[in-house]
Amino acid sequence: MGKIQEKIASFLPEAVFEEGQYLTVTVAPRKWHGLARFLHDDPELQFDYLASLIGVDWGETLGVVYYLNSTKYNHWVIIKTETSDRENPLLYSVSDVWESANLNEREVYDFYGIRFINHPDMRRLFLREDWVGYPFRKDYDANPDINPIPVSNEEANDKTVVLEETEEGTIVEKEKILFEKDEYVVNIGPQHPATHGVLRFKTSLNGENIKKIDVHCGYVHRGIEKLWESMTYPQTLHMTDRLDYLSAHNNRHALCLCIEKGLQLEVPERAVYIRTMMDELMRISSHLLFFATMCMDLGGLTAFFYGFRDREKILDIFEETCGARMTMNYNVIGGVMADIHPDFQRKVKEFIAYMPDKLKEYHQIFTGNVIAQQRMKGVGILSYEDAINFDVTGPSGRGSGWACDVRKRTPYAAYDKVQFKEVLRTEGDTFARYMVRMDEIKESLYILEQLVDNIPAGDYAVKTKPVIKVPEGRYFQQVEAARGAFGVYLESRGDKFPYRLKVTSPGLTLVGAVDHLTRGAKIADLIAIGASLDYVVPDIDR
Amino acid sequence: MFDFSIITHWIDNLLRSWMPENAALFVEFVLVGVVLLLTYAVIALALIYIERKVCAFFQCRLGPNRVGPYGLLQSVADMFKMLIKELIEIKHTDKFLFNLAPYIVIVSSMLAFGCLPFGRGLIAIDFNIGIFFIMAVSSIGVLGILLAGWASNNKFTLIGAMRSGSQMISYELSIGLSFLTMVVFAGTMQTSGIVEAQSSGWFIFRGHIPAIIAFLIYLVAGTAETNRGPFDLPEAESELTAGYHTEYSGIHFGFFYLAEYLNLFIVSGIATLLFLGGWMPFHIGGWEGFNQIMDYIPSVIWFFGKVFVVMFIIMWFKWTFPRLRIDQLLRLEWKYLVPISLVNLLLMVLVVIFKLHF
Repeated sequence: MGKIQEKIASFLPEAVFEEGQYLTVTVAPRKWHGLARFLHDDPELQFDYLASLIGVDWGETLGVVYYLNSTKYNHWVIIKTETSDRENPLLYSVSDVWESANLNEREVYDFYGIRFINHPDMRRLFLREDWVGYPFRKDYDANPDINPIPVSNEEANDKTVVLEETEEGTIVEKEKILFEKDEYVVNIGPQHPATHGVLRFKTSLNGENIKKIDVHCGYVHRGIEKLWESMTYPQTLHMTDRLDYLSAHNNRHALCLCIEKGLQLEVPERAVYIRTMMDELMRISSHLLFFATMCMDLGGLTAFFYGFRDREKILDIFEETCGARMTMNYNVIGGVMADIHPDFQRKVKEFIAYMPDKLKEYHQIFTGNVIAQQRMKGVGILSYEDAINFDVTGPSGRGSGWACDVRKRTPYAAYDKVQFKEVLRTEGDTFARYMVRMDEIKESLYILEQLVDNIPAGDYAVKTKPVIKVPEGRYFQQVEAARGAFGVYLESRGDKFPYRLKVTSPGLTLVGAVDHLTRGAKIADLIAIGASLDYVVPDIDR
Repeated sequence: MFDFSIITHWIDNLLRSWMPENAALFVEFVLVGVVLLLTYAVIALALIYIERKVCAFFQCRLGPNRVGPYGLLQSVADMFKMLIKELIEIKHTDKFLFNLAPYIVIVSSMLAFGCLPFGRGLIAIDFNIGIFFIMAVSSIGVLGILLAGWASNNKFTLIGAMRSGSQMISYELSIGLSFLTMVVFAGTMQTSGIVEAQSSGWFIFRGHIPAIIAFLIYLVAGTAETNRGPFDLPEAESELTAGYHTEYSGIHFGFFYLAEYLNLFIVSGIATLLFLGGWMPFHIGGWEGFNQIMDYIPSVIWFFGKVFVVMFIIMWFKWTFPRLRIDQLLRLEWKYLVPISLVNLLLMVLVVIFKLHF
């Protein structure tokens, strides 16, 4: 810790430091961009991974909290920057330092009204352009008369705004044209079979070639983070299953860990093992669904059913123990909701024996196919640097050679007790992303194999107080969800409601990389790339 | 072997004895037309059912099983649904072309269908350029697809139509060249002549290497011509939602749908005609007893049986392979299939000249 503080203090003497889970640095907005560049480029710091970007309304001030991590040294720092101007809040964009800040800053603008100077595309991300007010502010007026249910279509806007600072320090707004009048723009989505949900790619085409993609999100945004601010902690848990519903256990695990960290609650060993196993089962089921939809998107409909057939077995296991096949509501603060079903271990063992043969079948029917290989190899290449820069975590990042597995980097639950290999590939193309997932199924099976017979006896949950109050502070927890690093940021003021609870979902950054990956590719490649990134829309639109 | 021309001649003579020649001809035309249209519709319904069942079994499902025994009436019910559905009018489209397109597609496939020899003496028209005619009329279909995509005033349909245009026109070459290869071997373009020429052995056996190459190329190109997977780019569901027929509803959509299935039948029928002996039973030269037993099976069953086998193969790879990308599709045609077909044509000519065939 000392070194980071020293370094920052020598670069920026007026920075304010604060100890905590990680070192927190408060900087003035004007100084932040310079510091960001320094943190990113300094060889001894190398904060090249922006793990989370959180907008917060602190009452008098509005600001942003950045969680930075170095992929080389795996050290962390939290940067806080705020402005007291609530009428026209302005901060400096860091999207030129970390590309993943691009969509995240747009989200902050959308919900807090903070505009970022030098951001290349300062539009709302989720809400309609004509929305009045900024809903995540604490003083937001939710009166339905202000924002009635719209009865007209949203005007198609092909322009955006860029804020630039002149030499004298005044801010000027510049209009930027996204799509020219004579461009052939096709809307892929929001209702489209290959976007896996209501996501819209405004695609400019030149024949079959893609010139540019503009992502439109927000069609299923439910304002979960806003709802959370009026929910007690046990209530907040239920929403996590509705984010990325294909890694529901992992998401809920993350939130539970974060709250438990705040409460300093020790979870019984049995619950830790059960949670780990559930996470891995969830991962397998998600990757099976990935395989299924990937094949479907490339036109191989039969393999689609094979993936679903085998995923069914996992859902059966979930159903017995959790009582549901989706939205399982299984993890709770201090453990899990109920003990495992008596058949659980037997069924998991059966599945471990069953799956390897099926994987071989997948490779025979799909992976080895010439057409499939031609469609995937060399398509949508994401370099190692870009993967970090765009914050493409999870299997997609590992396909580019980035060892970003949270289970390895900062082990949680029982992951330090089991052996498994972090699957890495260096090609960075669609095929690599596909193969990483297929190999991860094997690794997950291996983890399950090590755990299934060693679940310790004891309680499956500790008793918690009926009203849970998390002590004041900032907490952050990452877990490895099926699609990548899933971060939960919790800011508590000692209340029974969270003051700010924000999830950093892998989906948003994956979608942020689509434009970069598809430049110059074909329409069919967009589908293949999208399928290989494997984003889930409710995860993007929280 | 039963010759269906006995029946047709009997009807012909009967009609001529009752009415003047022109009237008799007119009645015959109408009769043939009605019979062909009926067969067309019935085969389409059967095909839809077969395809759904076959693909279901590939995919660990049961397929249609609720309407009628084994779901046999499912496609009939679907047809009724299709017939009573509203034809939705779309704003800002070219109404005339939009409504014309499905008819062009279905007429072209009906015309090709009408020229197939279904059995001994069971052929609507048998003229000396039969196979050439089939090829000519079946290529009209692409015009309908292009019109559909253009007239719908929708960007997705337009992309689908452009894909379809480039695909069908390209693959027409391979089809034409493999036709030509077999015509060289048969020495005639008359469909009945081609079938008769195979009475001592099907062309795929007699023509050995060049015939087999031509057959494989024809299968690939034929699948591409019918816009079926793995060449279903014009309607690539996961890319273009439904391609050129996105905006169509009711029976107009039904026409595209029927034509697609019937084109599958026609492609398989032509493969049967050119390579597998048409309605000709399986004969081995010199084995008189065996050949006679084979002759007891009616020619219609031979024809439909072979067609079904070819169709099953095409369905098999539709449900197994992923879809190609447009540049890969065109590369396959122009860089591989066309040169191979040309060389193969030369090979066939040499085989015929030096009598290297069986």
